Amino acid sequence: MSGLAVRVRAGEPSEAAAHRGLLAWVASVDHKQIGIMYMLSVLLFFALGGVEALLIRIQLAVPNNHLLDPDTFNQIFTMHGTTMIFLVVMPMLAGMSIYAIPLMIGARDVAFPRLNAMSFWLQLFGGILLYFSFFAGGAPNAGWFSYAPLSEPAYSFSNGLTYWVLALTCLGISSIAGAINMIVTIITLRVPGQTIRRLPLFVWMTLVNSFLILMALPVLNGALMLLLVDRLLNAHVFTPAFGGSALLWQHYFWGFGHPEVYIMILPAFGMISEVIPVFSGKPIYGYGFVAASTVAIAFLSFTVWAHHMFAVGMGHVYDLFFVFTSMAIAVPTGVKIFNWTVTLYHGRIRFTTSMMFALSFIVMFTIGGLTGVSFAVIPIDWQLTDTYYLVAHFHYVLFGGTALAIFAGLYYWFPKISGRMLDERIGRWHFWLTVSGLNLTFFLMHPLGMMGMPRRVYTYPDLPGWAILNMLSTIGAFVLLASVLVFLWNIYRSLTAGAIAGDNPWDAWTLEWATSSPPPPENFALVPPVNGRRPLWDLKYPDRADERVEAALEG
Amino acid sequence: MTGVPTLNPFSPEAASIAHLFVAILLVMFSIFALVATLVTVAIIRYRDREGAVEARQEFGNPRLEIIWTVLPALLLVAIFIFTVRTIHASDPPVSGRAPDLRVIGHQWWWEADYLKSGIVAANEIHIPVGTPILLEVESADVIHDFWVPELGRKIDAIPGHPNHIWISAEKPGTYLGTCAEFCGNQHAWMRIVVIAQRPADFAAWQRRQLSVPPVPTAGVAAQGAQLFRDQTCVNCHTISGTPANQRIGPDLTHLAGRGTIAAGAAADTPANLFKWLKDPNSIKPETHMPNFQLTDAQARALVAYMETLK
Repeated sequence: MSGLAVRVRAGEPSEAAAHRGLLAWVASVDHKQIGIMYMLSVLLFFALGGVEALLIRIQLAVPNNHLLDPDTFNQIFTMHGTTMIFLVVMPMLAGMSIYAIPLMIGARDVAFPRLNAMSFWLQLFGGILLYFSFFAGGAPNAGWFSYAPLSEPAYSFSNGLTYWVLALTCLGISSIAGAINMIVTIITLRVPGQTIRRLPLFVWMTLVNSFLILMALPVLNGALMLLLVDRLLNAHVFTPAFGGSALLWQHYFWGFGHPEVYIMILPAFGMISEVIPVFSGKPIYGYGFVAASTVAIAFLSFTVWAHHMFAVGMGHVYDLFFVFTSMAIAVPTGVKIFNWTVTLYHGRIRFTTSMMFALSFIVMFTIGGLTGVSFAVIPIDWQLTDTYYLVAHFHYVLFGGTALAIFAGLYYWFPKISGRMLDERIGRWHFWLTVSGLNLTFFLMHPLGMMGMPRRVYTYPDLPGWAILNMLSTIGAFVLLASVLVFLWNIYRSLTAGAIAGDNPWDAWTLEWATSSPPPPENFALVPPVNGRRPLWDLKYPDRADERVEAALEG
Repeated sequence: MTGVPTLNPFSPEAASIAHLFVAILLVMFSIFALVATLVTVAIIRYRDREGAVEARQEFGNPRLEIIWTVLPALLLVAIFIFTVRTIHASDPPVSGRAPDLRVIGHQWWWEADYLKSGIVAANEIHIPVGTPILLEVESADVIHDFWVPELGRKIDAIPGHPNHIWISAEKPGTYLGTCAEFCGNQHAWMRIVVIAQRPADFAAWQRRQLSVPPVPTAGVAAQGAQLFRDQTCVNCHTISGTPANQRIGPDLTHLAGRGTIAAGAAADTPANLFKWLKDPNSIKPETHMPNFQLTDAQARALVAYMETLK
């Protein structure tokens, strides 16, 4: 690559080398170390959230179960939801972005390395603060959206909800700081030649996602402060008995909460948009449409919040507005599905574990997307919202969507991060256990909801069909447990005895594959020239560089 | 009333939703089949194997993009039109009518006030078959949700925000429902039963509800009636014909005529009532009904009294 060098626009140079051992991590402002620490913290909280999920499924395995008392069950499902959203999915996506994006844009670090470290530590301690509530009189117990007035002190006496408010405030500040960092990094630190139209799609989507975080999280934090003054100072903002409004909380919460859904899926879309082209051996189909549809989703995501509130009785005129926007947002999502699918055609598909997860993502996420459309059809929502059908829907989005994409991304980038390959044979076991466990656990929740089972019940009567479907779903949850254990075994095995990866084991073409695995503290000695979206492809096949092919196709 | 309630409607409102739902399920299945087939065909045809053709470097096709943007959009416009039509069929306007029945969600039971006859029931709602009934749904504390899937849509019971829905049943029968919005510890046992009756049966039920049960004057039941007055029971409950007139807990005037106690948590039998009075938590953990540390004799006397409240 010598002679093709391009200077790297620096953030601040890494200080990691100054320390050794644990201090090298604790004191680090290096984006790679911080990204890895994010992912390690996710491992901890994923274990906690996963145990909570198993407890929920054990309790619901049989009807009329008295294993867990209702208050404990309510704490557990509240913590499961809060953990998986704020302490697993968001920091996992943040960690992967923080690790990969400076490498993908040929930078030495993020724009504000110290702010980056602050984001991580605030995230970690926010999570610890949330879990400390268990030792301080009880965990929060009003569900992850903590509807008022149930979340008010008159109905939730323990300090759990107060811990929930304070912890989420920390996590919100962390996310907002992280988003600012990402935006500035992507806008200012790209290597020369990497114009906005040549950005890898994962970077594109993280950029859009960062704007979403920047707009949505302050709404949550503002509302949390109001709930806090209600809880600590008896302000009654959300208590109707004293002139407040219970519905106002719902508008605030979903004003954040719906963009949040896309915050949890856009980076996943980004990873899929990297993995599928690489393992199909061809560029993404319709780059411009995939990128533009992301922007459309981001704008629309701020106009659909009240579709979470169709049962509150807003009136048909308001309902119809949100029906319309909710259906509209399905269009750009569909555009992505079609582009990923068509990218496969005329390709040469390599069945790596990463690719298998990405392919299963297309199919599983489609299920979640379609049931989402069924909720936009408001009369169906009136029947099925707050039932297990809804639980099925969002688990197909977050597990069938985001989690499968994260696995695809992890199998893809793990060799870059660790320098060693994950085992493909164990990976296949992991893949098949995950996909079968996911469908066994969550698919059966669709019929359960249609049969009338409400969500968030600690137990249920023995009505026809409920017991068998719940039991099978619980068995599915244990299949998922097995899949996670297989994955952890794969990571352990790879770190101790995995094959050495080399710089570019997948024959991929974005800049992170141009440096060593793992990359040196300064990321790059030299960055190859960027004349298109696939700089390493262009380097390998100068006569078939993207620019030339595209020009030929247009000409 | 078995099977899948949301697809097994017993009112015109629920039927309009069920028809739309079946149609949407078919559309969803078709789209899913399309995507799954496209992916499967690609996997089979284009997998990397000996002698596979090299990947074609192509970048997209604006015409194709427009097709798969516009076609789904048109499909959604069609769905939108059907949605609008079904909204009106499944949730008809109130048109300024006074409600027939006020349903109030409490942690964790339902109060049903028949506004014309003055009947106050709990957890079991009797309606005459074939007659649309206008419900006003409210809450006494947190947000609940009234949902009887075979009879129609669900609607939230929100403090300070009364809502209205129509319910009706085309056939006599017992329709199961539940609170569908998480409302605290006993959200699970906040179940609803709607009993649709032929007009003559409904009229008989109304007469019985409006009658005042005689206060027993002798035997164990009389001791129970005395205990009910002397203990703090009267601070929360109403029994017509007695000084007990509080509305914090369910009206007990016709308790013995109900199928269940504690909003569906147990069958309404003397044995369960005894258990409930001795230790409410043993039937419904963390219920707001306190444990009064009654002796067995006291609890038996109260049960004997309750059994007279037909």
